Amino acid sequence: MLKQITHSQVYVLDQDDALEFYVGKLGLEVNTDADLGFMRWLTVNVPGEPDHQILLERPGPPAHDEATAEQIRELVTKGAMGAVAIFTVDDIHKTYQELLGKGVEFTEEPTERFYGTDCGLRDPFGNHLRIGQPAEGPIEVPAPGQVAAENS
Amino acid sequence: MSRAVEDSNRRMLRARDAMDRDYAKPLDIATLARIAYVSDAHLIRTFRATFGETPHRYLQRRRVERAMFLLRETDRDVTEICLDVGFTSLGTFGRTFHEIVGESPTTYRKRAADLRAVPACFTRAWTRPSSFGEARPRSVD
Repeated sequence: MLKQITHSQVYVLDQDDALEFYVGKLGLEVNTDADLGFMRWLTVNVPGEPDHQILLERPGPPAHDEATAEQIRELVTKGAMGAVAIFTVDDIHKTYQELLGKGVEFTEEPTERFYGTDCGLRDPFGNHLRIGQPAEGPIEVPAPGQVAAENS
Repeated sequence: MSRAVEDSNRRMLRARDAMDRDYAKPLDIATLARIAYVSDAHLIRTFRATFGETPHRYLQRRRVERAMFLLRETDRDVTEICLDVGFTSLGTFGRTFHEIVGESPTTYRKRAADLRAVPACFTRAWTRPSSFGEARPRSVD
């Protein structure tokens, strides 16, 4: 029986820039920042939630040959690596304004949907993240033809 | 060595994000080129090299994908939907929709599949119609 997710991972092009964004702007906390010699093990977590860490990993030798690392970096910067995570907040509009003020690059402003209100953004490298405020109460999946909000 | 490619990709992605976000507005190449900090010609050439199609074609697919959604999920009429998604001419909308989807907006609406709602970002990515380059060539008989 699997119990919980403790680690997720995202490729970043520069770990210092990643810290500046994920901690400095998004407000995550550094969980571990350790020089293992062969790599800098750098993880962050949502404040107060150290049981789920996100590893900010730099692609490159010896884990990847340089050509492969280049391909990964190309995919990251093309936005082709999928979503890093979906975070929740209590007040999405407030968070949106705060992050906008810090220069965070949003791909989508807060949009109401049946499952809540969510928005999309990118990290400095091109990775996609989402922040949402879940709908209150039980979620009802709308029948086709009954989608009220702009489901963009 | 590859920094220039990465930087270029990132700027092209910014232009693509703008099309995803502001598809309903009258986006032109000059506007997108400003977002990417490149010249108009450079944008068209580099965007195609990066994402496999021109910015114009990408924007058309984005708008058609939105139109498909509105046709499936709302009862707005075709003319309203045409304007909602950023087309200014019903003729261009109908022709582009047919080129990309293979049928008219009205026909599509009639047979639109019962797509169960999943998080919208996935629906958006996976129901988007292919570009000409990706689509299977039509048989010529």
